[in-house]
Amino acid sequence: MTTAADLHTLTGAYAAHALGDTERQAFERHLAQCPACTQEVREFTATLARLGSAEAVVPPAELRARVMAGIGTVRQLAPASSTGDGPDGPGARTGGRLGHRLYRLALAASVAAAASLGVLAYQQHDQAEQARARTAALAQQQAAFGSLLTAPDARTSTATAGSGVGTVVWSQSRGQAGFLASGLPKLPADRTYQLWYNDAGTMRPAGLLPASTGTVLLTGPIGGAAGVGVTVEPAGGSPHPTAAPTMLLAFT
Amino acid sequence: MNTVVHLSGPHRRGPDLQELVAKVAFGDQDAFGRLYDAVAGPVLGLVRRVLRDPAQSEEVAQEVMLEVWRTAARYRPELGEVMPWVMTMAHRRAVDRVRAAQAAADRDRKAAAQSHAPAFDEVAEQVEGRLEREQVRRCLQGLTELQRESVTMAYYRGYSYREVADLLGSPLGTVKTRMRDALIRLRDCLGVGS
Repeated sequence: MTTAADLHTLTGAYAAHALGDTERQAFERHLAQCPACTQEVREFTATLARLGSAEAVVPPAELRARVMAGIGTVRQLAPASSTGDGPDGPGARTGGRLGHRLYRLALAASVAAAASLGVLAYQQHDQAEQARARTAALAQQQAAFGSLLTAPDARTSTATAGSGVGTVVWSQSRGQAGFLASGLPKLPADRTYQLWYNDAGTMRPAGLLPASTGTVLLTGPIGGAAGVGVTVEPAGGSPHPTAAPTMLLAFT
Repeated sequence: MNTVVHLSGPHRRGPDLQELVAKVAFGDQDAFGRLYDAVAGPVLGLVRRVLRDPAQSEEVAQEVMLEVWRTAARYRPELGEVMPWVMTMAHRRAVDRVRAAQAAADRDRKAAAQSHAPAFDEVAEQVEGRLEREQVRRCLQGLTELQRESVTMAYYRGYSYREVADLLGSPLGTVKTRMRDALIRLRDCLGVGS
């Protein structure tokens, strides 16, 4: 009974939360196929936020204290994954020590490196020199990663993002960590995966992931880091994370 | 062509809110404290405008802030600024509370005596806040009465557009389009978007 044109005029009422449940659901179905409406709702939402901000008051100090105390009891959601995980998203699971788990990891790492090398072997003639340099660098990375796996206190933690898997390997005795990516969602050319050490909530840059599959040693020492985070950043990386984490892995 | 001088929005100065949210998503409590300081005033102000009851408003504002903490990792910068993201949650919760509690008309009758006008001392005193309020007031004045009533009754008082139509004695379709027209004019007047 409601036409698309009718639905389109509901952008305002929708942004102001003035629709009943039935209409809201109908409108949301329409929104999914109407980029113009989506854009308009976005602008109206921002407009109404300005109307709301104009009502700002000075909140009582007790409110801040209650909220800050409250966050200790509220578990944070993981980033939404593109494959539509459950409400809590992909969880990180922590692995034990060594054993065949690390062996499988070493295998995966060398397969990943071989894949990168394969790509490099494809390089054209005039890029051969550059390719050789990169191959050498990769081989070195691979060796360093492999060596980290042999540390007596090497431990691992794994998390997923979409259909991809990320594994962090770390050794407190060496103060070193490495990251193994396997089939992470491909990024556009102007974006890169960036790794971070999590120093009690402050993210310290720990290098870029060269590809969506491969291994890398994290830059810098573990120090007191509680874990590792992965974000998508503009190519070249950022001094601080500019996006919510794609993955969080704890050193536990 | 928009010749309106755009006085800075509340998020123009001060901390970079997107950066703070990104840190909060990693569990950074310090960043959350700074985010709280930037948004709690607007959140509480809006909720109080809708609910009126100070105690209930604080309760809802607290829920909103904990929701910000809980869902920080789900915030997507490409879908909009931080302030609208937070204020949408605040408005949604305030409106839900209103509708769950009682019919808006009853509430309105009750509150009629104590009509809303924030005491001067409870209003944020920064010059920036004052300019923002002035600009919003001026833009609201630029609307037709029906446009202004439609949008303020829905947004500041939490009425559904059917209730607005009833109260104004206007056809549903008219209120619907007036609400949209009002927001288009406000958007342009406030310099929001693109």
